[in-house]
Amino acid sequence: MSQTEDYILQPRGLTKEFKGFTAVSAVDRNIRRHSIHALIGPNGAGKTTVFNLLTKFLVPTSGKISFNGRDITAAKSAEIARMGVIRSFQISAVFPHLTARDNVVVALQRKLGLSFQFWRSERVLHRLHDRADELLGMVGLEHFAGATVADLPYGRKRALEIATTLALEPELMLLDEPTQGMGREDVELVTQLIRKVSANRTILMVEHNLGVVSTLCDRITVLQRGAVLTEGSYAEVSADPRVKEAYMGKAA
Amino acid sequence: MKTSAGYLLALAALLVAPLAFYPILLMKLLCFALFASAFNLILGFGGLLSFGHAAFFGGAAYFTGHALKVWGLPTEMGILFGAGLAGLMGLAIGQLAIRRQGIYFAMITLAMAQMAYFFFVSSPFTGGENGLQGIPRGKALGVFDLQDDLTMYYFVLAICVAGFLLIVRTVHSPFGQVLAAIRDNENRARSLGYDVERYKLLAFVLSATLAGAAGATKSVVFQLASLSDAHWHMSGEVVLMTLLGGLGTLAGPAVGSAVIVTLQNKLATGVLAAWVPVVLGVIFVACVLTFRRGIVGELRAIWRKSF
Repeated sequence: MSQTEDYILQPRGLTKEFKGFTAVSAVDRNIRRHSIHALIGPNGAGKTTVFNLLTKFLVPTSGKISFNGRDITAAKSAEIARMGVIRSFQISAVFPHLTARDNVVVALQRKLGLSFQFWRSERVLHRLHDRADELLGMVGLEHFAGATVADLPYGRKRALEIATTLALEPELMLLDEPTQGMGREDVELVTQLIRKVSANRTILMVEHNLGVVSTLCDRITVLQRGAVLTEGSYAEVSADPRVKEAYMGKAA
Repeated sequence: MKTSAGYLLALAALLVAPLAFYPILLMKLLCFALFASAFNLILGFGGLLSFGHAAFFGGAAYFTGHALKVWGLPTEMGILFGAGLAGLMGLAIGQLAIRRQGIYFAMITLAMAQMAYFFFVSSPFTGGENGLQGIPRGKALGVFDLQDDLTMYYFVLAICVAGFLLIVRTVHSPFGQVLAAIRDNENRARSLGYDVERYKLLAFVLSATLAGAAGATKSVVFQLASLSDAHWHMSGEVVLMTLLGGLGTLAGPAVGSAVIVTLQNKLATGVLAAWVPVVLGVIFVACVLTFRRGIVGELRAIWRKSF
């Protein structure tokens, strides 16, 4: 089907129920290849739950997920990651006790296949340092390579997270609120970063900052109470009275 | 490089230690140092609190004791046999336990260790309450007579240093880096494509095997494998040793175990003989309340602050 060539990720009837409460209901979407797609909606709309379902951190109650035309509904989180779908988390997903460089090396070393070799010296990983430093440079962290990550400011941690994700050269990146809790300069920095890394990749992001969404995203899906309210470009979506209502409540 | 100088100094001290101290006590210290270091591999570097490590420590003592006494295996083969079986026990217990986290992981390991304890109490080969006595020390490599305490000491030292070096290497290996990442942020490690359970299981098996090597060696030193080594008290004691010395530091557990074992030895003959558990309890509370990083952890923090 040519459809699967245009679309990288296609959830079909994706549903998650928690003991009678339907968190996500029948989400059907086509995520276009090489686009930046946003998932927005008021608090509790089920955005993060959708992410968790797509990456199998939660098991869907029903529905299917296909990635590059291949059914991945039964795959485990780590397998999905190895297929090239890498996600981030709402709270910064770094390894705080490692250095910034080692955070990236952890991601890089997976493809070497040495990761079970407890009898080898970590020196075998030194050949990854150049690539790690290159990735750190890409996100503006070249001067922090040796710093313990717990000591880095929040915005830097989010940038590091993106560098670590990029290390795996993912086909599809899922970013869960990449600018959450950031000051204006950091938001600007991360926005530019996402634009830069979106070349030849697909990005699906949950984002609250509509300024970021409007400048970055090609397509926007609005979720409300677990179901898709509407989808379209930023202009289309922002003109939709139902979207305003979902965020603001009914106008008097 | 400062660390490796420290290790060399410690090794030099251990080489001459029997000149000044009673070798049997030193050997006991070494065995517990290896046991605590092995335990620290899974708690300090893997982030998993096992409450069943006595099963590996005490179990290997029985297996080795049996292999040496009844089958007449050479000493080093007997120790390898005991450690290997402890590793298999670790594989079996670990398979079940690593599916759960935190307190549930601890409870599963405790429950499995209690089952192992019951097996040791009721099996005829362990000698029940009397323990497995009269384990022959034999000859190291078929040449060196281990009946001599000094020869035995260097044999034990070699085993414990080798075990310790394996732990150091594991921590500083590609595997160790992934393990540290899993300890820091399990979900993120998973989202990078690592099957975290398999890494935890390998760490658990390594830890169990080395804990087994420690218990096996101890049984050869004392020519005895007893129930107290497999009792849950021992599982608790190794937690105390590790925390006191410094969780997640390489030298900490060895220091912690040295403090605890020396204290137990000193107190056993004095007026406080009946109060040993109370003294250890007070130390534990003081450690958790005032120097949570443990002896080595606190020293390292002071060192870093002042240089």
